[in-house]
Amino acid sequence: MLSRRVIPCLDVAAGRVVKGTRFVDLVDAGDPVELAARYAGEGADEIVYLDIGAAPEGRGTLLALVERTARSVFIPLTVGGGVRAVHEMRDVLRAGADKVSLNSAAVADPTLINRCAARFGRQAVVVAIDAARESLPDGQDRWIAYVRGGRERTGLDAVAWAERAVELGAGELLVTSIDRDGTGSGFDTDLLRAISSRVSVPVIASGGAAGPGDFVRAICDGGADAVLAASIFHRRTFAIAEVKRAMAEAGLSVRLTSGVAA
Amino acid sequence: MIRVAVADYGAGNLVSIARALEVVGAEPVVARDAEALRGAEALIVPGVGAAGPAMDRLRRRGLVEPIRAWIAGGRPVLGICLGLQLLFERSDEDGAATLGILGGPTIELAGAPTLPHIGWNTVDWTGEPALFAGLAPGTAFYFVHSYVAAPLDPAVVIAEAEHGSRFPAAIARGNLLAVQFHPERSGNDGLRVLANFAAIAAARPLPDPAGALA
Repeated sequence: MLSRRVIPCLDVAAGRVVKGTRFVDLVDAGDPVELAARYAGEGADEIVYLDIGAAPEGRGTLLALVERTARSVFIPLTVGGGVRAVHEMRDVLRAGADKVSLNSAAVADPTLINRCAARFGRQAVVVAIDAARESLPDGQDRWIAYVRGGRERTGLDAVAWAERAVELGAGELLVTSIDRDGTGSGFDTDLLRAISSRVSVPVIASGGAAGPGDFVRAICDGGADAVLAASIFHRRTFAIAEVKRAMAEAGLSVRLTSGVAA
Repeated sequence: MIRVAVADYGAGNLVSIARALEVVGAEPVVARDAEALRGAEALIVPGVGAAGPAMDRLRRRGLVEPIRAWIAGGRPVLGICLGLQLLFERSDEDGAATLGILGGPTIELAGAPTLPHIGWNTVDWTGEPALFAGLAPGTAFYFVHSYVAAPLDPAVVIAEAEHGSRFPAAIARGNLLAVQFHPERSGNDGLRVLANFAAIAAARPLPDPAGALA
């Protein structure tokens, strides 16, 4: 039976893990490889690196980090941030990543999605969508996609963009609620449901996890296939095993054997 | 230490496979052309993505005939993911003709609630296949694919998984072995599969038949 995945996300910049309110007040929080290896040992099903520096001059540092990780952490690695072209995705995959997450560059040029999928297969192409809820005068809510780390409103309807991204070749969607991110108020299950009910690819829930119950709700109420979180794992508020235990108690299939680091 | 060639044709995560082989005590040799296969005792054919472009790249590197000869010579080989699918005759994904070493096509996974099939799924087998030595049926491995092999000969299937429908998770015919999942991305249990492959290859090597790689 296919397990629901628990995925720790590491924000990295200049080859280090950084903590902060997403893009400000960044504090060095250690070596990504050490942290990724720790999470793999604790049962993480995948690792996501989000390169929040994503400056062109920092690509070499990122690629070296990806390679160091791939050589010592034997679970899947997704890398997001700064990939704007097929050859940049190729470099990240060749360094040892399994998947690349596209966000701003895909909004700017949606053909990037099908060009990357045609070259590497759709299973390697994750499209990340950062969405914020807006209330319309008729009382209906909708979600708008943001880019550039949540700083720039696109005007794109996030659900319509999700469908389009899948048509273009996204093999997976990483859906982050900007409203919930960092608030600990739970995943936006309405947003997740709106998207997961319209696409056939796996949806990864992100933004707002405060406790194990939130992960269960993202799957049971939001229809997510996987759940991603950063701060509750980094701060050791909850261990991955505790989250998986709660998921198993809710009747969800989880992988209880641990990963490995060499 | 057994030397394991890993076919490099630009369609796989070689860093992980090579490093995983080192961890299990094998010596990986990245093989970009036929020449690099010489001296290797076992071969891994990795791969992700679509079959057509992968076959094109294998051809451009001159690796198609050497791989066929390797398998025809009964030497140990492990296909991983697309590397399993390429062993069959053709892919329904893009109509590409593939290696045709095993009978049957590669078809889209039927009835799947989500596609691609991405994540850790349990694999079942009966008996004690050497590739899964030390592991219990029901062990989870990491999958990422949308297509699956549909072998004409069901006897080549040594393990299955289910996502909407049951499909071959591992194939064996003599020294020809293949897995649909990614052992190099499946933690300790995946490393165990690679260690088992290395042990199988070390125990049952066949001499390079004269001229087979010429």
